[in-house]
Amino acid sequence: MASIDQSKIRNFCIVAHIDHGKSTLADRIIEKTGLLTSREMQAQVLDNMDLERERGITIKAQSVRTVYRAKDGEEYIFNLIDTPGHVDFNYEVSRSLAACDGAILVVDAAQGIEAQTLANVYLALDHDLDVFPVINKIDLPSAEPQRVIEEIEDVIGIEAQDAPLISAKNGINIEEVLEQIVTKIPAPKGSSDNPLQALIFDSLYDSYKGVIIFCRIMEGTVKKGTNIRMMATGAVEEVVEVGYFGAGQFIPCEELSAGMVGYITASIKNVKDTAVGDTVTDNDRPCDKPLPGYKKVQSMVYCGMYPADGAKYPDLRDALEKLQLNDASLNYEPETSIALGFGFRCGFLGLLHLEIIQERLEREYNLDLVTTAPGVIYKVHKTNGEVIELTNPSNLPDPSVIEFMEEPIVSAEIMVTSEFIGSIMELCQERRGRYLGMEYIEGTRALLKYDLPLNEIIYDFFDALKSRSRGYASFDYDIKGYEESKLVKLDILINREEVDALSFIVHADSAYERGRKMCEKLKDEIPRHLFEIPIQAAVGGKVIARETVKAMRKDVLAKCYGGDITRKKKLLEKQKEGKKRMRQIGNVEIPQKAFMSVLKLDDRK
Amino acid sequence: MIENKNLGKLELYIHIPFCVQKCKYCDFLSAPASKQVQNAYMEALLSEIRGSAVPDRKVVSVFIGGGTPSVVDVEWILDVMEAIRNHYLLEEGAEVTMEVNPGTVTAKSLARYRAAGVNRLSIGCQSCHDAELSRIGRIHDHQAFLDTYRWAREAGFNNINVDLMSALPGQTLESLEDTLHKILSLVPPPEHISAYSLIVEEGTPFYEMQKRGELTLPDEDMEREMYWRTADILKKYRYEHYEISNYARESYQCRHNVGYWTRRDYLGFGIGAASLYENVRYKNADDLAAYIKNPLNCHTQIQKLGREEQMEEEMFLGLRLSLGVSGERFREIFGVSMWDIYWEQIRESVEEGLLEDDGRRIVLTKRGVDLANYVMAKFLL
Repeated sequence: MASIDQSKIRNFCIVAHIDHGKSTLADRIIEKTGLLTSREMQAQVLDNMDLERERGITIKAQSVRTVYRAKDGEEYIFNLIDTPGHVDFNYEVSRSLAACDGAILVVDAAQGIEAQTLANVYLALDHDLDVFPVINKIDLPSAEPQRVIEEIEDVIGIEAQDAPLISAKNGINIEEVLEQIVTKIPAPKGSSDNPLQALIFDSLYDSYKGVIIFCRIMEGTVKKGTNIRMMATGAVEEVVEVGYFGAGQFIPCEELSAGMVGYITASIKNVKDTAVGDTVTDNDRPCDKPLPGYKKVQSMVYCGMYPADGAKYPDLRDALEKLQLNDASLNYEPETSIALGFGFRCGFLGLLHLEIIQERLEREYNLDLVTTAPGVIYKVHKTNGEVIELTNPSNLPDPSVIEFMEEPIVSAEIMVTSEFIGSIMELCQERRGRYLGMEYIEGTRALLKYDLPLNEIIYDFFDALKSRSRGYASFDYDIKGYEESKLVKLDILINREEVDALSFIVHADSAYERGRKMCEKLKDEIPRHLFEIPIQAAVGGKVIARETVKAMRKDVLAKCYGGDITRKKKLLEKQKEGKKRMRQIGNVEIPQKAFMSVLKLDDRK
Repeated sequence: MIENKNLGKLELYIHIPFCVQKCKYCDFLSAPASKQVQNAYMEALLSEIRGSAVPDRKVVSVFIGGGTPSVVDVEWILDVMEAIRNHYLLEEGAEVTMEVNPGTVTAKSLARYRAAGVNRLSIGCQSCHDAELSRIGRIHDHQAFLDTYRWAREAGFNNINVDLMSALPGQTLESLEDTLHKILSLVPPPEHISAYSLIVEEGTPFYEMQKRGELTLPDEDMEREMYWRTADILKKYRYEHYEISNYARESYQCRHNVGYWTRRDYLGFGIGAASLYENVRYKNADDLAAYIKNPLNCHTQIQKLGREEQMEEEMFLGLRLSLGVSGERFREIFGVSMWDIYWEQIRESVEEGLLEDDGRRIVLTKRGVDLANYVMAKFLL
């Protein structure tokens, strides 16, 4: 392949608030640059996992290279790097941004700036990207492009008067966006003669090629046979293949040089060796120092995952192993629960990440799972000076040897229209939020700033936020650090037996409330048995709440089914089948969904 | 081979899926229809009856059910009876039941049913309180029931069942007792009483109302109280509680239904009707138009019962009866001891106080009746 003129490359990404049309615009860009015919276009080309399609969000970073013939008659290579769109994946977002030279900011012409718009655009500016705005959905009846343009200039402080007014969905004005990519986004810098320095912004596992590293070459050149070294993990391998990203496929090429975006394969067996944010260099001619900004990805949220059918434990282990090949931020270790048997304690970036993994396990691996209440990592300072990082509430040491405990705190920004400020502040109060301040973005909208304990937002905060603002509030957060907190372990006893899988850590002040709600919820979930079942919540052996599942009074069909015996039998079979899906705790059978249903306790719906 | 007292005997069930108006709790295959549709259906039904003859079997009972069979023209019922007589070996003294609902019969029509050979009536009374009747969507009031009952007696019916329901919306223990006493003070009182509990089934108006929170029903505890209060009162009046929902004066048990519970062979005619014939169960398709076109080949869900399935049925059907399941009969049919097959289930249920085992037969206890499904489900192998 002839060497590529660096000045004709544009590496960029698209940033937006969720649902403002990022993926649709990406599709249009790919379509208009002509690499694909309309027929080949799936609804959204970049999001290629089913789950992403359904949830309408991008989970893994994706990239595509297209060729655009601009009005100046020159051909430009566009490397569009799609970034994950959720706060759980903030670190991945920041690495993807680092691989770009510029960004398109998509703002919904009706909704204007939202919390994630701000978070993402600041992130892009932090990475010294040149950002130009695009106003999308101008064909909506409620579109107010001029207002949004002013808002962008006032709030973000970037020039927006000549922002293309487009409809990505209906393909209006996409040409204008393409031209501005050429004129407003700078060409990459760097020299192909320097020692190799490439940034890993994603990687995935392929069963034929091994790990495929997605990278941006900052300096130097890499080709087949280069001995590459991952500077943070230290792994060294010989390059088997390099190439770039067609739409949905890998296209091998001779070499990748400074300014280019592409992939490298090198028979690497584990994505753990190719951490996102790490720098790839030439082992024989290394660069002086790695690119800045690498950090080890930390799991923020933990929960226990158990196969509903204990015999499926090995299947669950295999499935997790396979998922981890592709997702370095997932980690797990075996654990045992008295209630649920053999399973795994799994760590995730956030609750969404957790839900995605859970769904993939259930869907792609056909596993029926029982998940315990998600929790965060608490730091337990013991009287002997030892500090434990607690991920499983069952492992909390005896209170007598605990000096104090700390919990993770996030800085949260919530954008909300003024009519809902009161109810959102109330919600944050309930969740032990510390009010930091409020800024009006314009007449009717405000940005609320709170410090919130992470464990208060991981379950259902987002749902509660949406339901209390009729869907209008948007939310973003950053991990701030650890703070000392008065925490206790809340235990649940069913028929006087402690159920380890239902224990969780909670702030002392909300223990009573949470305990009471747990008991109420469980009372509804546990079917009546032949005997009465007390359900108790206890802290340190002291019962703080109680409910009772009354003994079963009736389970009979005093009805005439005539001669349709088959129907009657089906009913009995269903009943018997239902029993199989129960967990036996002592002599009480608990439905699997009881373990999950207790997670959502906000009753102001 | 398998010995069975039911061998050689056959029952017939005739389904007439029409009614004046669907009751709000009803999930049976039934709906209002024009005379034209009714007539076409009845023609098809007659063809099915005629075309399915098994002349070597003694028919011991016939049950004409629905729907409300009394909504079709009287002549059709006479034709049905004639078709049965002409193509089957209808035993002398066979029980021939027909379901009727107040508001759809007259003194004259009842007399004609009787003359055609119907010798047992099942009258849908449900409640003696007009408010309760209208809440569940019945088309008649209590007076209409009283008229029907009187005409039936005058027509010469000396074997009458009255259907009653408990756990109705707005029903109280007092109103239920009042209904029972009103029925028991009929002269003469009915030979048989079926007392069902309202069950809200998917697809009924009540189901939708319940989902919307518009239906208030007596709770589970009250329902059980009503059930046992019914049993106590009827016992005092010499009705035998011979099946979970059925009560009869001596020798007036419904032979047809007992046949179902003791797995006698039966042929069901009409849409959706179920059959059991030589250990094969099947059901007619429930598509009205298809049936009218071709009533003879609409068998669906054909299932040959294996030995285990037969055992399961013997148990969960037999346990509905106050006689319970007989160990001797079990051995006669299957050649093994019931206690060998079901030792674990029987022992556990006895320990739970749900089953009585006197070494000859097993019978549900009172608590066992309350939890019948729980016990029966255990007997699925």
